[in-house]
Amino acid sequence: MKRRDFIQNTFAGVVMPALLNGLSFKAFGNVDDAALGDENILVVVQLSGGNDGLNTVIPIDKYGLYQNARTNIAIPKEKLLTIPQTDTLGLNPGMTSFQTMFKEGKAALIQSVGYPNPNFSHFRATDIWNTASDSNIFVNNGWTGRYLAVDNPSFPTGYPNTKYPDPLAIQIGSVVNTALQGPIQSMGMAISNPSSFYNLISNKVESTPNTLAGKELKYLREVATQTNLYANTIKSAAGKVTKQAIYPNTGLANQLKIVAQLIGGGLKTKVYYVSMGGFDTHSAQVNTSDTATGSHTNLWKTVSDAIKSFSDDLSGLGVSKKVLGLTYSEFGRRVKSNASVGTDHGAAAPMFMFGDLVNPIVLGKSPDIAASPTTNDNVTMQYDFRSVYASILTQWFCLDQSYVDDVLLKDFQPLPLVQVQACGKITANEPITLTEDLIGNYPNPFSDSTTLTFTTKGGHTMIQIFDNIGRVISVPVDGEYDAGRHEVVVDTRDFNSGMYFARLQNGEIQQVRRMVK
Amino acid sequence: MTQFYSPTAIQGGIDEYKGEWKTAQISHLLKRTMFGANPDDIAYFQKKTVSQTIDELLATPTPVEPPLNYYDTVDYKDPQGIKFGETWVNAIYGDGTVNSRRRASYKYWWAIQMATQKRNINEKMVLFWHNHFSTEINDVDDARFVYIYNTVLRKNALGNFKDFVRQITLDPAMLRYLNGRLNTKNAPDENYGRELQELFTLGKGSGSKYTEDDVKAAARVLTGFNINNDRIVYTFNVNNHDTTDKKFSAFYNNTVIKGTNTAAGAEKELDDLLSMIFAVEEVSYYICRKLYQFFVYYDITPTVEKDIIEPLAKIFRNNKYEIKPVLAALLKSQHFYDANVYGSMIKSPLDLVIGTLREFNVTFPSPKDFLQEYYNLFGEMARQGQIMQQDIGDPPNVAGWPAYYQAPMFYGIWVNSDTYPKRNQYTDTFINSGFTKNNKKIQLDVVAFAKKMPTPNEPNKLISDSLEILYKIPVTTELVQQLKKDILLSGQSTDYYWTELWDTMISKPNDTNTLNMVTTRLRSLYKYLMALPEYQLS
Repeated sequence: MKRRDFIQNTFAGVVMPALLNGLSFKAFGNVDDAALGDENILVVVQLSGGNDGLNTVIPIDKYGLYQNARTNIAIPKEKLLTIPQTDTLGLNPGMTSFQTMFKEGKAALIQSVGYPNPNFSHFRATDIWNTASDSNIFVNNGWTGRYLAVDNPSFPTGYPNTKYPDPLAIQIGSVVNTALQGPIQSMGMAISNPSSFYNLISNKVESTPNTLAGKELKYLREVATQTNLYANTIKSAAGKVTKQAIYPNTGLANQLKIVAQLIGGGLKTKVYYVSMGGFDTHSAQVNTSDTATGSHTNLWKTVSDAIKSFSDDLSGLGVSKKVLGLTYSEFGRRVKSNASVGTDHGAAAPMFMFGDLVNPIVLGKSPDIAASPTTNDNVTMQYDFRSVYASILTQWFCLDQSYVDDVLLKDFQPLPLVQVQACGKITANEPITLTEDLIGNYPNPFSDSTTLTFTTKGGHTMIQIFDNIGRVISVPVDGEYDAGRHEVVVDTRDFNSGMYFARLQNGEIQQVRRMVK
Repeated sequence: MTQFYSPTAIQGGIDEYKGEWKTAQISHLLKRTMFGANPDDIAYFQKKTVSQTIDELLATPTPVEPPLNYYDTVDYKDPQGIKFGETWVNAIYGDGTVNSRRRASYKYWWAIQMATQKRNINEKMVLFWHNHFSTEINDVDDARFVYIYNTVLRKNALGNFKDFVRQITLDPAMLRYLNGRLNTKNAPDENYGRELQELFTLGKGSGSKYTEDDVKAAARVLTGFNINNDRIVYTFNVNNHDTTDKKFSAFYNNTVIKGTNTAAGAEKELDDLLSMIFAVEEVSYYICRKLYQFFVYYDITPTVEKDIIEPLAKIFRNNKYEIKPVLAALLKSQHFYDANVYGSMIKSPLDLVIGTLREFNVTFPSPKDFLQEYYNLFGEMARQGQIMQQDIGDPPNVAGWPAYYQAPMFYGIWVNSDTYPKRNQYTDTFINSGFTKNNKKIQLDVVAFAKKMPTPNEPNKLISDSLEILYKIPVTTELVQQLKKDILLSGQSTDYYWTELWDTMISKPNDTNTLNMVTTRLRSLYKYLMALPEYQLS
């Protein structure tokens, strides 16, 4: 199918040993289905409410500016958790489990993930992240749904079948995420009642009222269970796992525990969604007496402890190499804290990925923070969230790039987020370290115009200019360029005075230049 | 009567209900007596008393317009010259092709009558009587015949039951369906004579003790009737009539019906036959039990038999088998409004299909401008009922749909591993994409439905008020909270986000982005609510 064609094409005539980072060529030559991503599973952790990225990943390299922007909620430098990947940042003190995972090489961080022209409504922003649409385009189906529809266009007609005996996607304990909505049908397993799923795998019967209607309801539920074509495969998978790691008793951990149980039991479901709320921290996100503690820190302790237990459990069950995870939230929060010891709806924020085969890197630089930040200042995006999705599709699900464009509705460049073994795909495992400045401008500050200078390795190159709340003001460069250094003059007469960010994107390379009018 | 299940018996007798008159009671009444409880109808009856409401529902309905030629196309014209938009019911038969189109027209028209019903019980009663005096279009074949049969049902649905039986006995479709036209003195066909007693008047309960000889005698009474296929009326041929006396068993007090040799005499014999049957009190019991099982609950316990059926049967007899007084007493009774009755019935496919589109006030294209699309979209509704095993006009046999009579499953028969997913697919499709014919689409307008709720910008109220209309069984607070958080609030914990979103939609009607956000969430919400088994209960 789509994937096999791609693998054959890719392997033809590619010289590999030197690139393979210690992996023997033989191992690669014997690629079987498992190594082609057929068994690869994605677990998506949705963090609802809009996570405050700047108090999740704190810029140690800009600590003074950070503290200045957030006098009432800044976390003391000495309380931050450092990771071996970089010394420019520290993690929130609640994230000790994540710190361990970074040390073990099982976690990755992508800085300042967002999209042009961010929306600050929970609803709209959630829809944008789930549908992977542009900010101004309304799409009715989701990115994982579209991905699953590539190989399963007629689902659910003819499913389950011998090739796909299990649900394609499962949403744990909640309403199926819009992201799983395919072009025609939802690709997610419809769980008719939040509690029915738990009952299904634990063999419990939902209680019904002791009335005549209750009697009919009980009957209807029995029929509903019989007609859930996947009930038995899920039950039997769950039944195969009798011993699991110890999880904290939190909602998220309980959800992930079920996911581990199903994966451990051999369910071939490709995508799982779990979710947790509470990130809408408008007020009292820290304890003022000790800003290293408080509700936001607790949230991240919950998330990272749950994910660490999940990761340990998967290792114990012998399936950890099959699983890649990521966290996302509909937006980040404002750079400057507000007077009620919280933060308001903002733009870009960090994303985390986890798994045995994640490329354990930190992508991107610490966000820019102005010396005198205004209440409207936002974290400017460095990476489009759809580039993260593109990486998962190509490097984890081994999808051909041409399909990726269909799934993501546009051409997005993948980032090196997954280790090469996952798809046998040749990507560099090392983060792209940008020692040189690839983008600059003069004069800066500017008035009527400024000249952008940029260096591209060739191919598609784009420069977007954002204002300080993330709106795209201009796209002076967007096309094919020869490798080398180029210049372009930007007419800035219409620009209001203030701060601007010019973002260069050239393949996996992304760099942001701050400018002032 | 067997007691099949009784976790809690239904309380209250036949005495008039004097309790609360709110959405809970009204939606219960409307779901049972109409197709679905439309929010506008609930609001309308909230301003009336119980008694006024029932009287209005039982008002004699106005006649309806006949089915039309919607089927002419560029390539096909009705061969009898019935023009597009005209009725075919008075046309000549023509050929099989046009008849099959008229049959479709008739079925779709029936779906239209159900969906566009007035605030009246009549349409439900037409279904009740169709199930009671069953005929099958597949069998009767001629579309004009079944249309006339339908008008008999309509005219008599709230009339006098004895007159009704007489008209049905001589109805051309029935004379075809149960072979009355083939019933002659030399070759008696007992089919109708049997069903008249077994299914139409006396039933098979313990109080019904007619004999095989009674079946034969009744058949002989009815010999000689036939049909004029052109005029579609019954005829009588004295040469085929058994002119001898017909003797009945002790169950009928050894009644003798005097044989006659004229058309008027044969009709008198029929009247005598019906008078003899209706003299048996069991007729009143049998019909009241059937009404009870159709409108209240299937299990007729000894208590129900004594406290409800007995007094209703008495009312029926005392009113010379007029149907209205019985329905009025039942629908005004304390028993009918006992909370234990609510939600105790699994919706029939037509209740689900037509009820859903009525509760959501689905707008169809105007029949004036888009007659073909109008009919075809209602045809899709009829088809939905059919695939869920209730094909209007075509019950499985003369006994009607088993779900209305077959112990011990009764309504449970409607749902199985084949039909249950189809019920979910129906509501899913109706919300997701709707149904389309020739570019005309019908879809549930979830925003319009939410707007009918008293305070749709308050997420808790929006859900609980919607549930008051859509469900007849309580759900847990946890479920409501979860739906609110996961769907209306997209995972947030602050109710205000929904309020703000809704208010923005109202204050900026041209803001399509906001409308889209509200629509997406309401679609998820209502799709979810209609996918739960609770929605299948009425």
